[in-house]
Amino acid sequence: MKHTLSILVNNHPGVMSHVSGLFTRRGYNIDSIAVGVTDNPEVSSMTIVLNGDDFVVGQVKNQLLKLPDVLRVQDMAYASSVQRELVLVSFSISESNRSEALTICNGFDVKILEMTEDSLLIEFSGNSRQVTNIIAVLKPYGIREISRTGQIAIAYRNQNAV
Amino acid sequence: MTSTTEAITGGRLMVELLEEAGVEIVFGYPGGAILPFYDELYHSKKIKHILVRHEQGAIHMAEGYARSTGKLGVCIATSGPGATNLITGLTDAKMDSIPILAITGQVATDAIGTDAFQEADIFGITIPITKYNALIKKADDLARHFEEAIKIAMGGRPGPVLLDFPKDVQLEKTSVRKASALKIAPHHYERPKVKGDPQEFADALNQAKRPLLYVGGGAINSFASAEIKALAEKANAPVTTTLMGLGAFPGTHPLSVGMLGMHGTAYANKAVLECDYILNLGARFDDRVAKYQDFAPNAVRAHVDIDAAEFNKRINVDHILHGDLKDAIREILPFVKGGDRADWISRIQTLKKNHPLDYDNNGESIKPQDFLNRVYTKTKGEAIVSTDVGQHQMWAAQYYLFDKPNTWLTSGGLGTMGFGLPAAIGAKFGNPDKTVICVTGDGSFQMCIQELATIAQSKLGVKILLFNNNFLGMVRQWQELFYEERFSESQWSYNPNFVKLAEAYDIPAMRIEKKSEIDKGVEFFLKDSGSALIEVMIPAEEKVFPMIPAGKSQQDLIEFKDLGKLKK
Repeated sequence: MKHTLSILVNNHPGVMSHVSGLFTRRGYNIDSIAVGVTDNPEVSSMTIVLNGDDFVVGQVKNQLLKLPDVLRVQDMAYASSVQRELVLVSFSISESNRSEALTICNGFDVKILEMTEDSLLIEFSGNSRQVTNIIAVLKPYGIREISRTGQIAIAYRNQNAV
Repeated sequence: MTSTTEAITGGRLMVELLEEAGVEIVFGYPGGAILPFYDELYHSKKIKHILVRHEQGAIHMAEGYARSTGKLGVCIATSGPGATNLITGLTDAKMDSIPILAITGQVATDAIGTDAFQEADIFGITIPITKYNALIKKADDLARHFEEAIKIAMGGRPGPVLLDFPKDVQLEKTSVRKASALKIAPHHYERPKVKGDPQEFADALNQAKRPLLYVGGGAINSFASAEIKALAEKANAPVTTTLMGLGAFPGTHPLSVGMLGMHGTAYANKAVLECDYILNLGARFDDRVAKYQDFAPNAVRAHVDIDAAEFNKRINVDHILHGDLKDAIREILPFVKGGDRADWISRIQTLKKNHPLDYDNNGESIKPQDFLNRVYTKTKGEAIVSTDVGQHQMWAAQYYLFDKPNTWLTSGGLGTMGFGLPAAIGAKFGNPDKTVICVTGDGSFQMCIQELATIAQSKLGVKILLFNNNFLGMVRQWQELFYEERFSESQWSYNPNFVKLAEAYDIPAMRIEKKSEIDKGVEFFLKDSGSALIEVMIPAEEKVFPMIPAGKSQQDLIEFKDLGKLKK
């Protein structure tokens, strides 16, 4: 089962190595990792998606909390948080299927960044399932290049609203 | 909290911070990138520096010092190869939770990343094997990092920290320093409040008919011996310790059932099978002790640990108390009721009688078990004993009974050959008035043998008990029992003359080969406070029993008397 961990860490050099190294040496696999500084320049937020049962995730949390630079670890339940990732895709089009491709982009709320005679460069953000879905839809056209950010997440303030 | 004073160099500040923290002794080896620090150390009147022969020796000495005193152990190395020579010791200290501060020199900041002479990314290399590490890029950051590092090394579950100082940072002037004094004294740092319900925790113990206390290295780190004794006596519960926990509960106490695990006593391992309640006090259900989920199969399991990540890591437990062991037991004790438990105690006595530690002492050869027994008697059990790794380590654990904490120094988690000699040296520096014995084997001894020079140089009274069977004994034992006697590369076709070698370092030495020479040997070895080496020739086929084969559990224990069965 996929889990999304939101981790606050000190914004020091080497902290990323400490965290990712912990996953490596304890044999846990990272599906995606995204890092950015918070409103406090001393603190960074990491979002790590990993696959594992409750035991594995419990161990990961406990081991992470032992690192002096880790300030907080939150397991984001899907229902009580917003989860997003951004993808940039450049894919092929031709004169015959251009309008079809544009219709798809409209339907999926995709932002078009560049259009040439034979290609489209688009931007899309959504949860991981939606991102995977849009890639699948565009695949038949011929994907030239793709870049995903990895998932970020934040908890809803009102946990009862769900 | 920092204050500003007159500007001094980073190197000077390093020395002053060590002095203020109460560090009296450091073990190290100079080199280019750490010279500014060494130049300041030259002027220190408070810190004694022990010059070693190899950086691995320095860190094991720091470990021996820390393990035997409970204080912080400090070692120094230069950049590159000096720093990488600390790797084994750092890993060892991490596995056994020993508070170590490793200080390394680094190439100047403008040379970092250029593959400069003697450059190694020691920060990157040591991330997985330290509790904390840092590369200090400005002298102004130095005091803050020092404070952090010492707090982290000593606080909570102790461990090794490494601080890497570029040469220019040691020369740079700073006026930023700490205001409050650091301390390397044991148990100085604030402990987190115990979490859990001590009453509910004690209730399970009170309800047990056959309780067993299972004591680990955390008991040593927490200085919890008195509390454990009080708990055992109040609850009338037998106590077994892990290899790391030896000495945390008196080995001579009537409630002691000795060590458990792979080479633990048969009665301890059988008690684990029969108990209905097992209370883990600062141990980690290590795989050499608790093989499977069916560990203590009939027991309610309870666990006290300072490290929350240890709970349910390998073995699921029913009750948890999270916090410092000493504090936790103090909270449990008032709720513990004295139990009668005469049946259980008498059952333990029967197990002890029917399944004693055993070996065949007939014949002319010297048995290591016998020799260790004599050393135990002669020293009245009051020596500090360090060991290397292998058969001799297990015999020492079995036949030298430890009554006091911090007197048994062994590489438990990592199993580091080469640990014993430097650890004994570090312990002797920390405990100059005590007899310190290094029990070693001909394999392990040769891994840090150059530290004999450190003994000679300091005229240190370290006793070396060398069991020589011209084999890697434990490897041989496994090959004999599980690899159909194919002794692949376990026999030494060459060993030096250890007696002459010791004498080359001005260490009196003697070899004995026959049982009739034992008394003479023990007498020679322990006659005065000076250093000595006794080489005891033992039969290559002598084995460590009992034994739980690797991958098996308590049910599969093999005793000495089962040896015949095993061979068929």
